[in-house]
Amino acid sequence: MENNTEPVKTITLTIDDLPVTVPEGTTILDAAQTIDHAIPAICYHDATTANGLCRVCVVDVNGGRLLQPACILPCQDGMVVQTRNERVERSRRTILEMLNSAVDLAQAPTVQTLLDDYQIDRGRFPGSERREHVLLDDNPFYVRDYSQCLLCWRCVQVCADDAQYTFALTWGDRGFHTHISTAFQVDMPESSCVFCGQCVGVCPTGALKPKIEFGLEHGWSLEQIRENTRRGRKRKP
Amino acid sequence: MVTAPLEDILSKYEGRARDALLPVLWDIQTAYGYISPDAARAVSHLLRIPAADIYGVISFYSLFSDQPTGETVIQVCTDPACGLAGSDEILRELCAELSIDPGDMTPDGRWTVRATTCLGLCEHAPAALINRRGSGAFSHAPITHSVDLLNGTEKPHQGILGGQTNIFLSGTDGQRRQTLDEYGDYQGLRHALNSLTPQQVSAEVEASGLVGRGGAGFPTGMKWRFTWQAPFQPHYVVCNADESEPGTFKDRVLMEHRPHLLLEGIALCAYAVGAQQAFIFIRGEYPEAEQCLRDAIREAESAGLIGDRVMETDFSLHIEIRRGAGAYICGEETALFEAIEGKRGFPRIKPPFPTTHGVFHKPTSINNVETLCAAPGIVLHGAEWFRPWGTIKSVGLKLVSVSGHVNRPGVYEIPFGISLRALLETHCRGVRGTLQAVLMGGAAGTFLTPDEIDVPLTYEGLQAIGSTLGSGAVMVFNDTADLRDVLRRLARFFAHESCGKCFPCQLGTQRQMEILERSDHALPGDRDRLSDIGFTMTQASLCGLGQTAAAAVLSALQKWPGLVEA
Ligand SMILES: Cc1cc2nc3c(=O)[nH]c(=O)nc-3n(C[C@H](O)[C@H](O)[C@H](O)COP(=O)(O)O)c2cc1C
Ligand code: SF4
Ligand code: SF4
Ligand code: FES
Repeated sequence: MENNTEPVKTITLTIDDLPVTVPEGTTILDAAQTIDHAIPAICYHDATTANGLCRVCVVDVNGGRLLQPACILPCQDGMVVQTRNERVERSRRTILEMLNSAVDLAQAPTVQTLLDDYQIDRGRFPGSERREHVLLDDNPFYVRDYSQCLLCWRCVQVCADDAQYTFALTWGDRGFHTHISTAFQVDMPESSCVFCGQCVGVCPTGALKPKIEFGLEHGWSLEQIRENTRRGRKRKP
Repeated sequence: MVTAPLEDILSKYEGRARDALLPVLWDIQTAYGYISPDAARAVSHLLRIPAADIYGVISFYSLFSDQPTGETVIQVCTDPACGLAGSDEILRELCAELSIDPGDMTPDGRWTVRATTCLGLCEHAPAALINRRGSGAFSHAPITHSVDLLNGTEKPHQGILGGQTNIFLSGTDGQRRQTLDEYGDYQGLRHALNSLTPQQVSAEVEASGLVGRGGAGFPTGMKWRFTWQAPFQPHYVVCNADESEPGTFKDRVLMEHRPHLLLEGIALCAYAVGAQQAFIFIRGEYPEAEQCLRDAIREAESAGLIGDRVMETDFSLHIEIRRGAGAYICGEETALFEAIEGKRGFPRIKPPFPTTHGVFHKPTSINNVETLCAAPGIVLHGAEWFRPWGTIKSVGLKLVSVSGHVNRPGVYEIPFGISLRALLETHCRGVRGTLQAVLMGGAAGTFLTPDEIDVPLTYEGLQAIGSTLGSGAVMVFNDTADLRDVLRRLARFFAHESCGKCFPCQLGTQRQMEILERSDHALPGDRDRLSDIGFTMTQASLCGLGQTAAAAVLSALQKWPGLVEA
């Protein structure tokens, strides 16, 4: 810590009609936390750079034309923030309904809680395409099931300059069909992956899962687990 | 075959940084028709970029391929203007003739045929982009018959120009590029270098009332002043020539016919913001316009109008062309910077804004082609020269791109304030058939009904009726057009062009498309679904693409609710 002689500047704003005072640089997400007005978040994680992807954290700031991502926007003096008005709730609910219609969220407990909180219609988008991918079981440490990937980017970011500087992961395609991939979709062992496991640690869904956990779920015997997670063995689905 | 061996290509980029990625991938794509894993690995070593990142870039841009493509690649536009003119039929004919499905390559490796998004040749609809690897020819042509494409006998396109004034388009007959001899000296630039400070140039542009013509309408002189004032060095100028908004082709016409006007505008901007390096980021689907710019840059450099010590002053300026690779999102300014830097075109969160954190995170003035083309006249003749045209709030002249069912589609130069009716009936020589609807402002714009066309073409006039001038695209539909079909094409465009970064647009453009695909047999609740999706994309998306991806659909549903009815 630097020897800070200057007092930290503080910011006073209104969140849901309550006055809040926070140090300069505090995001709206953190400021709202101080008065126990939890703002939902999916992509945000303390260990990764916030990119404003999921937009379920959006709030109404000064009644502006656009809703603002609370995970990124720093508080400013005099701001008037509404964290749960009709615009905000309608947007959040629609995002959650669309997400649920595209991705297998069964093993994402935090997202499930949100879906319940927002009482979403789980069948809102009949006949819509889901993002489905084959399970990738190509290394002894973890399996990848991108049908459960909600594209929070955390794995790509920890693999790159948020933590590991390994750069094994990227995105393939774009738009709805964006998916997490290695270079030319090679198996993990052929990529630059060093199997640090950081991506598995930050994944909010069942998309990245330790092999042992996967084996236990699938009723593997200890022998099978040992066999399938031994270093150097590669299996394809 | 003009296949430069990979080593020759790579050696050109020795010692370069990551921003050489798109250029080197273009060279490989052009020579081999695709970028193989081995080639990508070689580029990874050369530019010291992770292999995964290179794959991510290849798979982001539509004009790069990681799979072999035919010796001739034909891309047929299926967006609204070309769709109305029968491009689906041409695509079908071509594929039938070659016995392939759209998107595929013939087994002998000679042909690849696919559908593509708007090529910016809407006045000649239907249009195609043809890349003949064998002869190295890369062109952009109206399609009259599909056999022309197979025989290589398609005709080059020519601009169709007109309007009420003749300032931007002066000295052009629509046939070819104006040379430096014809354009003459860069008089505005000479005047600025001899007798104005950079601040005075910005002040003049600010006083003229010129606002950006790329769609957002930000005051241009103010943008230049902010960039000049930004404390970090170096400063850059970027010319946004990505023009990919369906129905917009005025920048193409300016670049093909009056490249020196643009180069002089860029030079004035560079002088005003204190930049020595400018980039023109031009979409990869504009081969002819790019060639015109390259030739013009060469002429201007040999005449000492750009380069080191311009006109023997201390001002130096290098202008480099960077080619996009098939991504509408790269017209969004921060996504464009990412593309120049050799990355996927993901828009950045703003603030910070480009005037302090632009390309390479340095202060950057990014301006549209048409905006920059207005600068030479303003600087040479003074701010007052520009003000008599237009209204108090919409100053000056505007180029509009008119396509669809009018007798003479083309680019028209008009003073702000004439009515849409006058544009269509006088300048475009009338609507073909009975008018049903006008899409103002491109795919990201809104629909107008026939009784709204007396609206004055000004920012404020269109805003007053809930519409927008946007990039100046005007798409006209007569009563033979199936508006459901038009909406489907617009929705496909956005689903194809969403970058995928933020959830509302990544998911919403897809769901919006799916619902409109079934609009002939809509399900109960579909209109509510579209309304929730549209609301959410408009309010919660990260960038302007998602924020406008539902605009046309929502306006259509408001005016013709029966378009989606269970
Ligand atoms: C999705 C999207 C696409 C855009 N495409 C273009 C474009 O092709 N050309 C352009 O000049 N501006 C485009 N813009 C606007 C630019 O972000 C930016 O505002 C403009 O280049 C600034 O120049 P100006 O002030 O001269 O208009 C686009 C914006 C968005 C959100
Ligand atoms: S795999 Fe997991 S961490 Fe990676 S983007 Fe998908 S959900 Fe996020
Ligand atoms: S609005 Fe669309 S194009 Fe823009 S960042 Fe979000 S996903 Fe990408
Ligand atoms: S938590 Fe803020 S955008 Fe995802």
